[in-house]
Amino acid sequence: MARLRDLASTIRSKNAGVDHITFDVIFRERANFERVRDSGVLARDKVARLFGIPETRISHHTVFEPANAIKFTIRRLKPSGTPGESDVFGSQQYAPLFDVEVP
Amino acid sequence: MTVKTILCPTGHLSFTPLEKGSFLLGCAERPDYIIADAGSCDMGPRPLGADQHVSLEAWQRHDLEVMLVESRKLGVPMIIGSASDTGTDRGVDQFVRLIQEIAAEHKLAPFRVTSIYSEQSLDDLKRRVRGGARVEGLDGRPDADLATLDRTSRCVAVMNAEPIRAALRGGADVVIAGRSSDCAIFAAPLLEDGFSPAIAYYTGKLMECASFCAEPYMGKESIWGRVEGEIVEVTAMHPGQRCTPASIASHAMYERTNPFREYVAGGYVDMTHCRYEQVAPKTTRASGQVFVPSPVCKVKLEGSGLVGQRRLAIVGIRDPNTIRLIDKAIDWAKGKLAERFGPVGEGYQVFYHLYGRNAVMRDLDPAPDMAPHELGIVVETVHQDGRKAEEICALAARNLFYARLPETKGTAGAAALMSDEILIGEPGYEWTLNHTIDVKDPMELFRLRHHRVENGTLKEIA
Repeated sequence: MARLRDLASTIRSKNAGVDHITFDVIFRERANFERVRDSGVLARDKVARLFGIPETRISHHTVFEPANAIKFTIRRLKPSGTPGESDVFGSQQYAPLFDVEVP
Repeated sequence: MTVKTILCPTGHLSFTPLEKGSFLLGCAERPDYIIADAGSCDMGPRPLGADQHVSLEAWQRHDLEVMLVESRKLGVPMIIGSASDTGTDRGVDQFVRLIQEIAAEHKLAPFRVTSIYSEQSLDDLKRRVRGGARVEGLDGRPDADLATLDRTSRCVAVMNAEPIRAALRGGADVVIAGRSSDCAIFAAPLLEDGFSPAIAYYTGKLMECASFCAEPYMGKESIWGRVEGEIVEVTAMHPGQRCTPASIASHAMYERTNPFREYVAGGYVDMTHCRYEQVAPKTTRASGQVFVPSPVCKVKLEGSGLVGQRRLAIVGIRDPNTIRLIDKAIDWAKGKLAERFGPVGEGYQVFYHLYGRNAVMRDLDPAPDMAPHELGIVVETVHQDGRKAEEICALAARNLFYARLPETKGTAGAAALMSDEILIGEPGYEWTLNHTIDVKDPMELFRLRHHRVENGTLKEIA
C-alpha cells in the first residue's frame, strides 16, 4: 500500500504560537491530495490515534484546498521552551506521518 | 491607480545573515519601501524573560548595514519590526545605536530615525487588572490574573500598524519598532498610501517571511511585492527561486492554526476566498482577501517569567540490560533524590531526556525505540538556587551510574559519564502571557521617540 511519504511533497511541523504545534501535509499533485483527503487516513480521529492523544488535544483540523493541503494543530502539554521541553521550534514532530498507509 | 513596491530581504533579521545578492537585485528595481521583521517567539521564552538577543550583534550590524546603506541611497523608508529578536526597549535602543554607528561609518547624509517602544510596565498592567481590565487568554489559556503577572519577569505588547503609521507621518526615514505584528510593519506604509486594510495586511502576511513563500526552499533571500488596488504580486529575487500559487498558498498556512484568518489588533484578514495565479515565471498574483474589523481593539501581550536556574549533565548507556531497564534506573535515581531533597516537583524539577528512545517527541511518539543500540541521556534540573540545582543534577546523573538493577553484570558502573561535570544551563523561563488586552486607542501602549542622525550623532527631536 502507498505511504504518505510517497504521495506528499511536504510533511512538516512548526510552532503556531507558543502553546501549539501545527502540522502541514502538502501535495504537489492534486490527485494525490484528493486521494489522501478522501481516504480519511488523516481525519481528526485517525491523527489522534497515530500520536496517541485524545482528540481534544487536536485544536484545529482543516483541509486547505488552495494549497492542496491537510493541516492540523496539536496543543502542547507545556508552552514551548519551558524547562523539560525538548523541541522549542516544534519542528521535529512530523515523522510518524511518513508511514501512514493510504489505500 | 497607485502602485507601491516593497522589498523584504529576510523573515527574521540577523537570526542568520541575509543574502546580499538577491537584495541588491531588488534594490536595482527601486522599491518604495524596504521592510523586515527581526523578531520571533520561536526561540522560546528566555530571550524575552532575560532580555537577551539570540542573534549575534555582528549579524545584526551586517543586516542593518546592508539595508540602511541601500535605503539611504534610494531615499526610501526602511522599517524594522521587533528589534533585536524580542522587541524589548533594550532591543530598540540597541538597533538605534547600530543605525547611528553605521551612519557614522558610512558618513551618511542626515536622516530621521523614529523608535517605538512596546515594553510594558508590570505595575501598570497590575493596576489595569485591579481596575477591572480583562487580560484574555489566547489559544485556550485562562485569563491572566495578578498571580500570572507576579510570575512574569518581562512583558511586551505587540503593536499593530498605527504606531508605525504615526512614525512615518512624523517623517521617519528609518523606523525601529519594538514588538510588532509581522504583517503590521508592511501594512503601515500601505495604509498611509491609502490602500485598504485588506490588501495592506494581506501583503504583510504574504511577505513577512521573505523567501519562505517561494520555491525551492531557501531562507534569507529577498522577495518583491507590488501592490495595486486590491491585488498583490509577489516575486522571488533569487535567480533560482520562483513564487508559485502552490508556494504562496502553502506559506499562507505556515505557523498558523487557521490558514483562513490572519489576526491583527483591529480585526482579521479573511483569506477563505483568496485566488493565486502565476503571472510571470517568478511571480504569483494574489487577491480575494477581505478584512473583518473587530468591534474592540485587542492588543496581544507576550510575557515570560523566570522558573529557576538550570543545570545539565550528559550520560550515555550501552549495556542492553540497563537500556531495557532504564525506566527502573530513573525511578531508582529519582527515589534517591526524593530521600535527600524531598518529593520531585516540590521546590525542584528533574527531567531525563532519553535521546535514542523518545527525547524529541516524548508523549507524542507513537513508537519509541525501547531497545536502541545505545542511549544518550541529558539530565536537566531546575531550582531557584543554582548551586542547589547543581547538587541535584550531580546526584540525578551519578545515580544512573549506581542504579541498582536486577541481573546487572556490569558491576563497575551502569552508565558512561561523557565527562564527570555538571554543565551550567541558561536560566529556565516559561511563557506566562499569551493574552490580549482591550484598549480604547491602538496607540495607548506604545511610545514614540524621534531622532535626527547627523554627523555620527543622534539627537532627539520633538
